[in-house]
Amino acid sequence: MRLDQLPLNQPSRIAAVDWQGLGERQARRLRELGFDDGVHVEALHRGAWRGPIACRLGRMVIALRRAQAAAVQVEPA
Amino acid sequence: MVVLVGNPNAGKSALFNALTGARQKVGNYPGVTVERKSGRMAFDDGRPVELIDLPGTYSLDPASPDEQVTRDVLFGRQEGERRPSALVVVMDATNLDNHLRFALQLVGLGLPAVVALNMVDMAERDGLEIDTARLAAELGVPVVSTVAVRRRGLDELRAALDRAVSSARAPAFPAAAEPGNLQALQRRARTIAKAATHQRVAARAWTERLDRFALHPVLGPIVLAGLMFVMFQAVFSWSQWPVDRLADLQGWLGDQAIAHLPDSLLRSLLVEGVINGVGAVVAFLPLILILFAFILVLEASGYMVRAAFLMDRLMAGVGLSGRAFIPLLSSFACAIPGIMATRSIDDPRDRLTTILIAPMMTCSARLPVYSVIIGAFIPARSVGPGIGLQGLVLFVLYIAGIAGAMLAAAVLRRTVARGGGGGFLMELPKYQMPVLRDVAIGLWQRAIVFLRRAGTVILAVTAVLWVLTSFPQVPAGSATKQSEYSVAGRIASTLEPVVRPIGFNHGMALAIIPAMAAREVAVSALQTVYSIDASDDEKQGQARLAQRLQGAWSLPTALAFLAWFVFAPQCLSTIAVIRRETNGWRWPAFTLAYLFALAWLAAGATFWTATALGL
Repeated sequence: MRLDQLPLNQPSRIAAVDWQGLGERQARRLRELGFDDGVHVEALHRGAWRGPIACRLGRMVIALRRAQAAAVQVEPA
Repeated sequence: MVVLVGNPNAGKSALFNALTGARQKVGNYPGVTVERKSGRMAFDDGRPVELIDLPGTYSLDPASPDEQVTRDVLFGRQEGERRPSALVVVMDATNLDNHLRFALQLVGLGLPAVVALNMVDMAERDGLEIDTARLAAELGVPVVSTVAVRRRGLDELRAALDRAVSSARAPAFPAAAEPGNLQALQRRARTIAKAATHQRVAARAWTERLDRFALHPVLGPIVLAGLMFVMFQAVFSWSQWPVDRLADLQGWLGDQAIAHLPDSLLRSLLVEGVINGVGAVVAFLPLILILFAFILVLEASGYMVRAAFLMDRLMAGVGLSGRAFIPLLSSFACAIPGIMATRSIDDPRDRLTTILIAPMMTCSARLPVYSVIIGAFIPARSVGPGIGLQGLVLFVLYIAGIAGAMLAAAVLRRTVARGGGGGFLMELPKYQMPVLRDVAIGLWQRAIVFLRRAGTVILAVTAVLWVLTSFPQVPAGSATKQSEYSVAGRIASTLEPVVRPIGFNHGMALAIIPAMAAREVAVSALQTVYSIDASDDEKQGQARLAQRLQGAWSLPTALAFLAWFVFAPQCLSTIAVIRRETNGWRWPAFTLAYLFALAWLAAGATFWTATALGL
């Protein structure tokens, strides 16, 4: 399942990230914020009209757009 | 020299404020647009040490100007900066997994370092127990627990820093940036964090409960709109009293000068130029401070990032990111700090677009112009329960600026600032009680910048304008008006044909030239023009500006003048900041051209429509 499709409040884990698809700049930012295989992730909020989503990543809460979240594959924790 | 370095949201600035107090200097690194904040603190034996607060960054990749400077300072390559003798690495105790990665990178540089494990109180509240001894052993440097906002752990930090600085041999300086494998560092960081933290209960209660409202798809925007409404309401209603007092003071100073000085050109310059000209600007200080107080509190509390989250969808519609909301909101106080705040926007195209539209946000310098013209031409009648016509017109002017900016962004994003972007990525930090002291320091710095501007640029322009409108003097018995005969009048006469079609007269042409220095000057310029013509004494001139304007301008002309000021880039300081932030003359020149074109068209459209409607 992709992170942008993940139902809210469902503890999950990152299975894979499509770093190539994100482009260099975005990929680096996501890495810096701690996106990586095996990290715990949980969707918390979704903006209206397909706005950004907020997700818990490890101990942080990160906001990102759905297009970016689509590059992140998740699996149940 | 010791530098504070760490991730954004680690509480670095709070720690810096706590360590140095108000003894700070804010400047800029040469050639780049990064703020250099330095301050002094003293070790226990009284030895002083200079402390530098580096910008918050996530890594040492030289991707943004902030990171470039951080990296250059750490490697001793930053122009005009000595190499640091030690680092204070600031980490958020509640977010070790992530902050440790950067800390490992920093400690790996080999400079003497102390880790400030900040916000341990929040970690405790979250049920986290952190083994600092274990952390220190893994990192190989001392680790001190601190709570910067409550000034806890500062003495221990100073002592540890003292030991680190004194015991260090000449630091082995890293030869080059070791790029390091980000992923490997990240994994090591997670392993260390796991080993050093014990979670007692899983709780993040506060922030999560608040966010359930603040980020709710329906309630969230309502809360945001409510906050914005309260903010602008407060800016205008709370500032009334101090603004009136400042006006009283200005009047009193003018009276004193008139009473105690002989009638002379010098007195006239002092009263019309200095006291009234500068006073008209200083009168807006309370307004600016209230707006900034709100912005600083919203930022310090962590809400501003939530606002960016809520606004992202809307901003994405015109090709911008939610991050642009913060600089644009600051621009309602003044475009200069707004444009500087765009530094946090990662994508260069997003950032450029935000810079180019920021001058359209209705900054506080437009208010003197708006309030004088509205006061003179718009009747103070009610158009509905609690809605006055004057207030409604003011509201429309604000909306016109926002709509213009959004439209311009959509066009710019498809033309000159095409490509890139498409991203919005932000950490949502935990909510925090803003610290009064930090807000006060922020306000103080804004006030100083503003007053310095009023005391230099605006004072100089007003004085020069007074001289140019007063000389040469019309020979006695001539029918020519002084405002047309003077040097300024002749300059205005050459501009007049350009603005004649949009309904502007000679006096207005004369007023918009000095308004280039600062929009507020338009008001004092109109005052100077009309009082010099009438050769009143200075006191009467001030009281009767509104009446005089009513006599000299038609309603369509007045409305056109308002529309002009919504768009016209009449502020050289803004243009100068755009030049600095974009490193060249290309974009400031572009801004001048497109905004003047917009202003001319908007004023023209207003004038022609109003005339056709027979207003």
